[in-house]
Amino acid sequence: MSPNPMVKAEAVHKSFGRLEVLRGIDLEVQPKEVMCMIGPSGSGKSTFLRCINHLEKIDAGRLSVDGELVGYREHGDKLYELRDSEVCQKRSEIGMVFQRFNLFPHMTALDNVIEAPMRVKRESRAVASERAHKLLERVGLADKVNVYPNHLSGGQQQRVAIARALAMQPKLMLFDEPTSALDPELVGEVLDVMRGLAEDGMTMVVVTHEIGFAREVGDSLVFMDGGVIVEAGNPRDVLGNPQEERTRSFLSKVL
Amino acid sequence: MADAVRRRPAAIKAVPVRHTGRWVAAVVVLAIAAGILYTFVTAPNLKWDVVRHYLFHRLILQGVVTTLELTVLAMLIGIVLGVVLAVMRLSPNPVMSWVSWIYIWFFRGTPVLVQIFFWFNLALVLPHIGFGIPLTSIQWQANTNTLVPAFMAATLGLGLNEAAYMAEIVRAGLISVEHGQTEAAQALGMTRSLVMRRIVLPQAMRVIIPPTGNETISMLKTSSLAFVAAVPELFTRSQQIASATFEVIELAIVASIWYLAMTSILTIGQYYLERYFGRGSQRGLPLTPLQRFRRMLVTFHAPPPAPEELPVLLPRGH
Repeated sequence: MSPNPMVKAEAVHKSFGRLEVLRGIDLEVQPKEVMCMIGPSGSGKSTFLRCINHLEKIDAGRLSVDGELVGYREHGDKLYELRDSEVCQKRSEIGMVFQRFNLFPHMTALDNVIEAPMRVKRESRAVASERAHKLLERVGLADKVNVYPNHLSGGQQQRVAIARALAMQPKLMLFDEPTSALDPELVGEVLDVMRGLAEDGMTMVVVTHEIGFAREVGDSLVFMDGGVIVEAGNPRDVLGNPQEERTRSFLSKVL
Repeated sequence: MADAVRRRPAAIKAVPVRHTGRWVAAVVVLAIAAGILYTFVTAPNLKWDVVRHYLFHRLILQGVVTTLELTVLAMLIGIVLGVVLAVMRLSPNPVMSWVSWIYIWFFRGTPVLVQIFFWFNLALVLPHIGFGIPLTSIQWQANTNTLVPAFMAATLGLGLNEAAYMAEIVRAGLISVEHGQTEAAQALGMTRSLVMRRIVLPQAMRVIIPPTGNETISMLKTSSLAFVAAVPELFTRSQQIASATFEVIELAIVASIWYLAMTSILTIGQYYLERYFGRGSQRGLPLTPLQRFRRMLVTFHAPPPAPEELPVLLPRGH
């Protein structure tokens, strides 16, 4: 394996109360790799994604992004919790796109995109706006710059959300079921944007139910069930010739 | 396309239903209201010229100014302290949360009249108030009555009490904002205070403003309790005049006219504040009062949430 993976998980465990959601996840995501994660709901894939930018704290194991532990600093053989400001700094390098878009409804599309660059990175409005206009153009929304999110369709909102995440110039993008809340005819426009990102060499971890996207765009595929990775590998192999019974039964239901 | 346009039938033009019941009810209600009003206006012992004389009397106008000052200052204390208390209440620090809870419990649980009375008579228990840092020579002391004059006592009493109510209003607003908003902001690397200031509070404002307007209107009238601290606000002034001239009802009417006028202005102000913070919301902006009045005259029914005001979901770009 490569010495410098973008994401490296070793025996990651996570419980909510008495419910153990992640029961030992091991995986690596290389730079420029697109990893898709599939699996039934409740299998822990969204939780794992949220652990990567420390929206959830892991209970056991090691999780690192770009060679640095998530949420902790290691000194000798002791772990020290990071301060809030350090956690925020790390998060600002990781983009995340949510199932329910979570655009800020009191801001226009442009304001949504320039908010974090201006407030977190302290960029000037001119610099942030210039990049925001380019990003909104890239996701095909150059004409919606001054529109409020509630006046946009779901697909348009999700594309603004992608532009918002990209505005921080992240080294890694996390997608948490980005098309699950969309009407079927709007799914394509969001996947097209994501495909473009993958072609430009963005490192991406995508939790999705879009098997077609996983097969065509993904470099690797992970099938999770019950908090563990059941099967992982090349998407064509996993989808075309699953080795495990659980994978076969899941695929037979979604394909 | 042209075919479709040609085949479109003419718009429906029907004779509207006659709302006879509505007209009858309106006439009855208006007649009763007019009767009550007439009885009062023509009451033989009510001297309207006295009302007219005192309406713009110098002392009354000074009272109006004092009432406004009291209201503004007390609401300012209430809102600022209320936001602080609400944020403390939601803080992960248990001491913060508890201190806030106890404050709200105490100040909401005792009558505001008693609180004003307490601040006004503070000198009885603490003739001097001072601050000092233990084990140092740094000390400062002052006479309580000079430190807390009557106006200050009333402002404190009203403001500190209001803070307890405002804290609950602000807290309701903060928890009404969907958690996904906080997560999205955190994922962008925003700090806790930045998330609060830029994302959560502005959205909470939509929920906070209507009851705050209510509180302000309520405060305008509650400020008349400053009477017990002998603060020369509108009600105190009118009663002082009345006790000299015995024209009690006339001066109560004078005070009422001023209170009504001030609350009316506040109501309009609240309306435009709501329009401002409603930007970007799902519903279109509500009609202005003038538009609403015009519509009512034309249709003779209370304006429904006009569907043509709703923003049309824009068609998909590409």
